[in-house]
Amino acid sequence: MIQLTVISGKGGTGKTTLTAAFASLAENAVIADCDVDAADMHLILEPGILKKEDYFGLEVSRIDPELCIGCGKCREFCRYGAVNENFEVDPYRCEGCAVCTIVCSEGAVYMGKRVSGQVFYSETRFGPMAHARLGIGEEASGKLVSAVRSNAKKLAEQYHKGLIIIDGPPGTGCSAIAAITGADLVLVIVEPTVSGIHDLKRVLELAAHFMIPTLVCINKYDINKENTRLIEKFCTEAGIPVLGRLPYNDIATKAMLHKQTVIEYADNNDYANENEFANQVRIIWASIEEILADVQDKQDGPEPLKMKNL
Amino acid sequence: MKIVIASGKGGTGKTTVSLNLALALSDVQLFDCDVEEPNCNLFLGFDLEKVEDVVCPVPVINQEKCSICRQCSDFCRYNALAALPGRILFFPSLCHGCGGCTVLCPENAIREVQRPLGVIEKAKGESYPEFYRGLLNIGETMTSAVIKRLKKYIDDRKIAILDAPPGTACPVIASVEGMSYCVLVTESTPFGLHDLRLAVDVVRTIKIPFGVIINRYGLGDSRVEEYCNAEGIPVLLKIPNDRKIAELYSQGIPFVREMPEWREKFLGVSEAIKLQLAVKEELTI
Repeated sequence: MIQLTVISGKGGTGKTTLTAAFASLAENAVIADCDVDAADMHLILEPGILKKEDYFGLEVSRIDPELCIGCGKCREFCRYGAVNENFEVDPYRCEGCAVCTIVCSEGAVYMGKRVSGQVFYSETRFGPMAHARLGIGEEASGKLVSAVRSNAKKLAEQYHKGLIIIDGPPGTGCSAIAAITGADLVLVIVEPTVSGIHDLKRVLELAAHFMIPTLVCINKYDINKENTRLIEKFCTEAGIPVLGRLPYNDIATKAMLHKQTVIEYADNNDYANENEFANQVRIIWASIEEILADVQDKQDGPEPLKMKNL
Repeated sequence: MKIVIASGKGGTGKTTVSLNLALALSDVQLFDCDVEEPNCNLFLGFDLEKVEDVVCPVPVINQEKCSICRQCSDFCRYNALAALPGRILFFPSLCHGCGGCTVLCPENAIREVQRPLGVIEKAKGESYPEFYRGLLNIGETMTSAVIKRLKKYIDDRKIAILDAPPGTACPVIASVEGMSYCVLVTESTPFGLHDLRLAVDVVRTIKIPFGVIINRYGLGDSRVEEYCNAEGIPVLLKIPNDRKIAELYSQGIPFVREMPEWREKFLGVSEAIKLQLAVKEELTI
């Protein structure tokens, strides 16, 4: 099974728009929306939920006021400032470390489960999808990303799919790390702005840190052609393939308003500009598929043969 | 007054609003709290100097004293310690620095050292605006720890503007918590509206007064405005979907510098915020 993660560093560069388009072009894929704290993929793919489970994040500490003698040990040892003067725990500050439970001499502190969100197994018009909703202000979004990825694997096994396409979160922190570790290929969607370039360099460093092969695609290349050239030069020097450039086009917004991928929108509307954009996306996806086939050959030679025999 | 600029969806214009607002006002401190991808200084071009390392206390195990009782590895909620038959293994990047293992160890075999997670930097000398940022090291996950350190540099006598990270998870809470006002920047697209609702849930949960700025106004449809009207959320400003603004952004130029008529509009935003806060105070009295 091959896993492709789409990330960007900077938000709003077109990750979800392009991942949804790729999902509509891939024929043997499971989709995983791993941007768990601002998940948008479902707005386009409109998944029908097959199964829903509560997701338990890190536990949260609770103090029993009946047993508490107010000795202050928990407050003293908590490094996150989660216990207030009245010996109540602020659930947004508590990181669930449980140090308070071991320093309390009265056994007044216990760890309680908390539902930090929900995970969903779904079906879409392009195949199975794993996604989630993180509760408001919850910790451990990285853990939830891992849960979505493991659900996507289950779906892939169940539906005999050979590819998981992961829509990743912005940034380089815990959710981004959880979305790329163990992936076979990372695709970075970048826009040619100073912020886009800065953030691209940080995510390329992150992918290199975890030793994952990386590809780059430039979106809205024509808002700053000079910066586009800079990105291409930088990537070439770093040995990172740039798969293509997509122009600025409000097809992304129009398609989104119609709950369609850009491919569907272009197919349903006969505008030259839109069709050209969709074709560019098709070309980019074709080159990704070629690279993915290479990755699969290298990794587990016998498996594709077995699949072909089926 | 401490104003935090947040959004839910990434790429809606948090940094644009933070910069232009900071440049329009006087006696301002600007904090880049998007420590995973800090972008403000790309537009300001200040020389930065490190003011502090952000560290996390992590255990060092004295293998000679360790009796491999497994209490520490059984306790650690982050799976940062694992017991092998012959020794305890430590995975630094998983450790949250809670100190539990040190407290528990019956052999006193654990001491703590400070592991760097990132840095706090500030613009050298006298800068305008006064500028601080956090930067998380690549491969690190303790985003909120860096944000919390960064916020210690807020000077209550000045106006503080904080550029928050995207999303609705813990780094956003770490940025928004304790601030006097939250500006939510959105765009009028289905993604923008969906993520705005999530962000509104966050600020309502932590009970901070807030308003909305609609960026790339004219793109998409009118559902964001309708939502704000229906919910009684003030729309503080609409920034049009203007190619010139996008191009200035791509070059790293805050648009109030090239389009001075916008200075007034950002001043208007701060006046509207002050008014909203004053009304709220009156109501609570």
